[in-house]
Amino acid sequence: MIAAALPVDTRFHMLQRMLEIRHCEERIQELFLENVIRGTTHLCIGQEAVSVGMAATIDAPRGDTVTCTYRGHGHALALGLTLRSMMAEMMGKEAGCCKGKGGSMHLTDMSVGLIGTFAIVGAGLPVTNGAALAAQIRGNGAVSISIFGDGTPNIGAWHEAVNLAAVWKLPSIFLCENNLYGEYSPYETTAPVPNVADRAAAYNIPGVIVDGQDAEAVYAVVQEAVDRARAGHGPTLIEAKTYRYKGHSRTDPATYRPAGELEQWQARDPIHILAERMKADGQLNDQQFKQMDQQAQDAVQEATTWALAQPYPPVEAAFEDIWV
Amino acid sequence: MVMMTYREAVQRALDEEMGRDANVIFFGEDVGKAGGVFKVTPGLYEKYGPVRVRDTPISENAIIGAGVGAAVMGLRPVVELMFADFAAVTLDQIINQAAKFRYMSGGQLKVPLTIRAAQGGGAGFASQHSQCCETWFMHSPGLKVAVPSNPADVLGLLKSAIRDDNPVVFLEHKVQYAEKGEVPEGEHLVPFGVASVLRSGKDVTMVATQRMVAVALAAADELAKDGITCEVIDPRTLVPLDMETILNSVKKTGRLVTVEEAPHIGGWGAEVATRVTDAGIWYLEGPVVRVTLEGAIIPFSQPLEDHVIPNKGRVVSAVRHALTV
Repeated sequence: MIAAALPVDTRFHMLQRMLEIRHCEERIQELFLENVIRGTTHLCIGQEAVSVGMAATIDAPRGDTVTCTYRGHGHALALGLTLRSMMAEMMGKEAGCCKGKGGSMHLTDMSVGLIGTFAIVGAGLPVTNGAALAAQIRGNGAVSISIFGDGTPNIGAWHEAVNLAAVWKLPSIFLCENNLYGEYSPYETTAPVPNVADRAAAYNIPGVIVDGQDAEAVYAVVQEAVDRARAGHGPTLIEAKTYRYKGHSRTDPATYRPAGELEQWQARDPIHILAERMKADGQLNDQQFKQMDQQAQDAVQEATTWALAQPYPPVEAAFEDIWV
Repeated sequence: MVMMTYREAVQRALDEEMGRDANVIFFGEDVGKAGGVFKVTPGLYEKYGPVRVRDTPISENAIIGAGVGAAVMGLRPVVELMFADFAAVTLDQIINQAAKFRYMSGGQLKVPLTIRAAQGGGAGFASQHSQCCETWFMHSPGLKVAVPSNPADVLGLLKSAIRDDNPVVFLEHKVQYAEKGEVPEGEHLVPFGVASVLRSGKDVTMVATQRMVAVALAAADELAKDGITCEVIDPRTLVPLDMETILNSVKKTGRLVTVEEAPHIGGWGAEVATRVTDAGIWYLEGPVVRVTLEGAIIPFSQPLEDHVIPNKGRVVSAVRHALTV
């Protein structure tokens, strides 16, 4: 699908956010390797176009919400979580969006509509339905988007949630990032249908495939699904074909990938695609792009330095926020 | 006071709270048009309409998840799991999501969700429709757990559960649905974490929940013939648990017997026993005796089911044992 060009301001915003996500993820990986960040992490490098294309459709003040998986840093930043809040949360600092109790896999920021990033595969979709149900009951036209990977349609909760949304015509949007691998397993070894979107037929809802490397194309299909949901016509399943440049998680060097595959996808890098299109349209030159890239790096570094200087929560905080 | 059944008390609580607060919604499998498989919720669909009262597909993850999401957005959903055993299908949504959302979000979210389910044996429903599941949820901080034993407590506790800003697992005993009891007229709220002392005594403290409360009271009658007086306490909620009332009783009696319709290992009686020994070991004049299903799974065959579920005879023996060791 060839998407209509977005306004130049929106393009600049998307490009800037993709650069920030890219540099933030790279910095997070370094900080993990330096043991500044503990536990595990799931990087979205290569998938930034899905995040910014999706986020451009969200109207948080209206009540729109998002749930996504543990590969959620990019979505959170695209929605508007600040770099400082993100970095502090990665480090378990009190200034993090979840006061350091969530970490890489559990980001919530209701001020930008992010209900949560979920560490259990398939857990976000049923919750998105609940947010969509609240919107439907209140009649406020809000929608809820759930983002998940290509492994998720193999878990029962996925089917229960898509089915319920279809039966109740909920304003839910199900957005799959098909990055070709469910953890270490190639998609075709775990799913019997060539495309995740094919599964929409089982629930009598639209199933749409989009180029996940093209932020504007992602925006266009998600916006169409959002419009449909706001109008009361129910859910849409969207499959964005994309690729993660890194392994599944911190410990995965991704040696299972065939030689040349990564390079093939890097040739269709989402940042490159949007930047080149803007250059071709006379909206951006090399010098400006370099400046934007430098600004993004600087912003990530500033947030990192700031977060490093922040205090850890007091130990008493471990026993807070369990009960209302 | 008015007489009503345990199931009518559930229906009245839902009706009153839905009438009081438009944010209260109710959904589950066949709870609407059919009025529930246990016929607990008739009339609500007709009264409050298909937007607020909904029948769902047989999809426990989708049901609880929709409750969690709607609760996060400020509604007060009551969802029904039909048989409590089905919670095992959706423990992820209950334990990983509902219970931990507030904590993981650093206090940004609250989940005012009530999960109703029918538990308990004695009706020939066999192993997967008869369990008492309360300890599954007690072990998950963030959840409250209610186990009402009579219509008045059903009404008062369910209304409190719906108004609570925390997720509550509200377990009804299915064999008790037809039992009648006196219920106050007008607004009746029972706070969580307040036990009820159903019978006073000086020799032994008995703690029992749901159907075991009547068993404990019957045993107390029997023992009274021999001059043994039992204090019978119903904690009513297991999270929070009113240890003050239990400890004050043990201080007086020096003996403790717990009666629960659940497997022995890790049952709520073990929690009561350990907290009594922690805070009141000097009150105890003998070991705590627990009456449970022992190691059994609820079987189908009636003689077997009757044998494993604690009855009056076993409780009487347990009390006599507690008094002799």
